[in-house]
Amino acid sequence: MQTFANATAGSIVLELADTIIDNRAYLSEIDGKIGDGDHGVNMAKGFGMTAERIRGRDMSLTAALDTLGTVLMTEIGGSMGPLYGVMFIQFSEAIEAVADIDPKAFANMLANGLDGIQSIGAAKVGDKTLLDALVPALAAFNAANAAGLSFADALDALIEAAEKGRDSTKAMVAKIGRASRLGERSVGVLDAGATSCALILRTMALGAKARLTAA
Amino acid sequence: MQRFINNPDEVVEDTVKGFIKAHADILRLSEDNSRVVVARSAPSAGKVGVITGGGSGHEPAFIGYVGRNMLDAVAVGELFSSPTAKSFLDAAREANNGKGVVCLYGNYAGDNMNVKMAIKLAAKEGIEIATVVANDDVCSASPDEREKRRGVAGEIFMWKVGGAKAAEGASLAEVRAAAQKAIDNCRSIGVGLGPCTLPAVGHPNFAIEPGTMEVGIGHHGEPGVRVEPLKSASEVGKEMADIVLADHGLSPGTEVAVLISGLGATPLNELYILNDSIEAAITARGLKIHRTYIGNYFSSLEMVGATLTVMALDEELKRFLDVDVTCPAAL
Repeated sequence: MQTFANATAGSIVLELADTIIDNRAYLSEIDGKIGDGDHGVNMAKGFGMTAERIRGRDMSLTAALDTLGTVLMTEIGGSMGPLYGVMFIQFSEAIEAVADIDPKAFANMLANGLDGIQSIGAAKVGDKTLLDALVPALAAFNAANAAGLSFADALDALIEAAEKGRDSTKAMVAKIGRASRLGERSVGVLDAGATSCALILRTMALGAKARLTAA
Repeated sequence: MQRFINNPDEVVEDTVKGFIKAHADILRLSEDNSRVVVARSAPSAGKVGVITGGGSGHEPAFIGYVGRNMLDAVAVGELFSSPTAKSFLDAAREANNGKGVVCLYGNYAGDNMNVKMAIKLAAKEGIEIATVVANDDVCSASPDEREKRRGVAGEIFMWKVGGAKAAEGASLAEVRAAAQKAIDNCRSIGVGLGPCTLPAVGHPNFAIEPGTMEVGIGHHGEPGVRVEPLKSASEVGKEMADIVLADHGLSPGTEVAVLISGLGATPLNELYILNDSIEAAITARGLKIHRTYIGNYFSSLEMVGATLTVMALDEELKRFLDVDVTCPAAL
């Protein structure tokens, strides 16, 4: 079975930071259409601060995710700070005792992060939020594993489902958060949270894939 | 944009800088967190700490209510965006003097989450935080879903009552209960005539067509219950009072406090024009006005419009309302 080593995978979080910083303007532009236009700025600020704290230090994925979650939770504010903050902290907690991350540990990590989000937020699938990327991505990853696909192929299925989920938000009416004030007027625009979530999941999946070794 | 700003991304920093310079006799910036404003009088011995926090752009709320017998500390967020959990925590640390801290804030998703996290973090340090969540905006949800309603200008009365109760040396539970009673007795409504723009975005993210008004608009432009042709001030004032009082259901003879706040770009004289019909509608129902506050108490950047808050009073609330305070906002 394929796995990747937790101890040396902290650099995946640096890859996440690069992705978010590269998409700073894009995320703000999407957010500006129906939200307040600060999503890219706030995300890039939090991920950038994290990168400064972990760059050049050989960190485990557990430690790097905890640093990212803590920075987002305590220093970014708004709604996305605590939501992504709790997600990454709970990602980290789920793999704390795992040396070699296999598909089961990866699935547990995603599920624990999702639990965290649902424990503080009130959104449901279909409300035009980041859950519309995260929930189908986890479901597709679990389905791929149940069907006996390799870890690498299951990660591809996860990416595909996250992006499909992101795209599905275009037709949705925002039910929660700042965009919900627009009601029907929010239709036709991607949700900024689902967009950043798909980017995060894609980067994490590709990072994991690049580090896989046959156990 | 015709605005007095420097860098659109640093509007909050620049606001706080000027604010601290203006009111250094009453308050200071936290040494640990440049997004926390602290009263000179805090923390005071034997007193429960009273804090709040919220997005910027509502000045004088929230920072303008820091001071003696009012708020001990305030967490400052980005424009229209909740402060961080850490800022709520640091505000609690600054206000805490061993008797615990009450956080009196408005019902918004981001604030709810960040306060929740701050409570957990504070508990680890042995600081107990109790909360009251303001939900006075009658048009933001139906009466049977009051817990979903947003907090608006009624928060000012909640802070005033909470601050006054804390100043008497009451316990955390007693201060919480007094502030809860204050907000439970408040009902508010907003009417919007023109939208507002976050400087970093550069354009309004909602529109109010000329010649119309949005009844029930929220403090960040959340949609109201209906859009109507703009009527005369007499009709608008009566409509605002009628909506608030219909939700309130007060018996004749009840004493009330009235607060009319501009949303940022409405001249004060128009608030007085509104008050003429608001006062008439309130007294026509046999209610007695104990005190009226008119001004820009809780704004929304340069939104054109006004909010009306009516608080029902008993002897205790009246006494707390009349307690002398020293804070930058005129109360």
